Amino acid sequence: MLDVARIRADFPILNRQVHGRRLVYLDNGATTQKPVQVIEALTRFYSLHNANVHRGVHTLSDEATELYEDVRAKVAAFINAHSAAEIVFTRNTTESINLVASGWARRNLRPGDEIVVTAMEHHSNLVPWQLAAAATGARVRAIPFLADGTLDMDNARQVLGSGKARLLAVVHMSNVLGTINPVEELTRLAHDAGALVLVDGAQSVPHLPTDVRELDADFLAFSAHKMLGPTGVGVLWGRRGLLDAMDPYQGGGSMIATVEIEHSTWAETPQKFEAGTPNIADVVAFGAAIDYLLDLGMGNVRAHEVALTRYALEQLAALPETHIFGPAQPEQRGGIITFGYAGLHPHDIAQVLDQYGVAVRAGHHCTQPLHRALNLDVGATTRASLYIYNDRDDIDALVDALGRTGRFFGVTGAHSGSGVPR
Amino acid sequence: MSDRQPASDGDLDDIYREIILDHYRRPRNRGLLDHPDISAEGVNPVCGDQIRLSLKLAGEQITATGFKGSGCAISQSSASLMTEAIKLHDLSSAERMRHEFESMMTDGAEPAEELGDLAALQGVAKFHARVKCALLPWKVLAEAIKERDGSPVTVTTES
Repeated sequence: MLDVARIRADFPILNRQVHGRRLVYLDNGATTQKPVQVIEALTRFYSLHNANVHRGVHTLSDEATELYEDVRAKVAAFINAHSAAEIVFTRNTTESINLVASGWARRNLRPGDEIVVTAMEHHSNLVPWQLAAAATGARVRAIPFLADGTLDMDNARQVLGSGKARLLAVVHMSNVLGTINPVEELTRLAHDAGALVLVDGAQSVPHLPTDVRELDADFLAFSAHKMLGPTGVGVLWGRRGLLDAMDPYQGGGSMIATVEIEHSTWAETPQKFEAGTPNIADVVAFGAAIDYLLDLGMGNVRAHEVALTRYALEQLAALPETHIFGPAQPEQRGGIITFGYAGLHPHDIAQVLDQYGVAVRAGHHCTQPLHRALNLDVGATTRASLYIYNDRDDIDALVDALGRTGRFFGVTGAHSGSGVPR
Repeated sequence: MSDRQPASDGDLDDIYREIILDHYRRPRNRGLLDHPDISAEGVNPVCGDQIRLSLKLAGEQITATGFKGSGCAISQSSASLMTEAIKLHDLSSAERMRHEFESMMTDGAEPAEELGDLAALQGVAKFHARVKCALLPWKVLAEAIKERDGSPVTVTTES
């Protein structure tokens, strides 16, 4: 298990106060905080090694290139990829998915083909496919989810077995329901049907041990900033053969072999997909984030979150008029806890929680179809999402502040389950 | 941000003044009117708030107001307060109140006297994420007036 007190000491922002209270940061699904090791890696790069990569002979450029490429190898090892060449750096998960939609889907899909998604996708794993479908005459179909927040696997077998599916684009861990989808099984079904598989790992890679050889999917997309790294860095892992056969995503410097006035040839994978100066410093700092997670051990990260999620689910369930979405068992889900409370609007809840220093997310979390499927009065929910520096005190603070919220709006009785009168 | 005043419950009372909570718990003019002269609908796609507004007119005067909606305390109380405020006013003075309300919410203007109880929403102005909630019913009103001769339309806070 994790030593949370020691971990917290590495995160300067956790020392600040919000509205005169201790910051209780429970918006990790949106972005995580950064340890001092990552912040220092960023300033160290700019202080000592800053130069452009892949083009200079001078010492700094050589150092910068080595630091940048070392992180590519580090990312490859982190997800057990076969080689660093399978790792493409992008801006974020969204860009990683768009890269495949542009470089693979637009080239390979034909009218009548189907792109299969699920009803719990983030807009970033839905809208790029709608654009690709519109450009190719393909169609987007969604596998629904059941009342318990798990995917309808009977429907998945049916849809993937129709013979029309060419690609399955599926979220590994739902950013709203917390559901961990059976990606290995889905991949088998898709591959049996001759379809490729893209996994949206934005919420899973930061929280679960990830092995792309076990997943057996064809593409995996995730973001550095949701796993202690800086914003502005995303990763696309893809099978080498697929990446080699894909069209470039953007044209420009660094992605070419030879350039004539009327045509060019492309650099090898992965440089072919990294046009222009990349986000060098943030990639380098991302390396420090991976080191930090490896030092903790991803198995320990997962065990910590399962235990804390179990506690959070119990505590929230004890609060009257609370409804928690997603699977009931912590083993089936990540530390993403989305709930409704006392008929209050999520924006009102989040507003009052903020006054107590508790940061949660309110809204549709970029999943409008999912919220429509939940059939709520308002198309919005409140979400608390956990990470390595959260502990039971944070959950207690959330539950206490929620009880105060109910009393503030006068919608719950004196008993809130928190035991702290306002 | 470091020089911000440590906030307390006082800030909560700024945004959720008693009069706002009262209109949230007991909305006035709730329910759409039969055979309205003008009506419109609006949504805030960010949070899913919805307001439908219907007005009855006698000439230029608003004789009756009704709204239906779902959403946060700010958007719903703003709709309730607005439908009270514009009742028995001319369309032109409703438009003027809309401008006054908007300048209070977005330009930091002091509330004009004729806004009356609507001044209670002034505290929302410093919570930037919530200004749109307060403005939603007024955007719907503007659209209703604009579309007076046409069919009902839907507006969003993002346009």
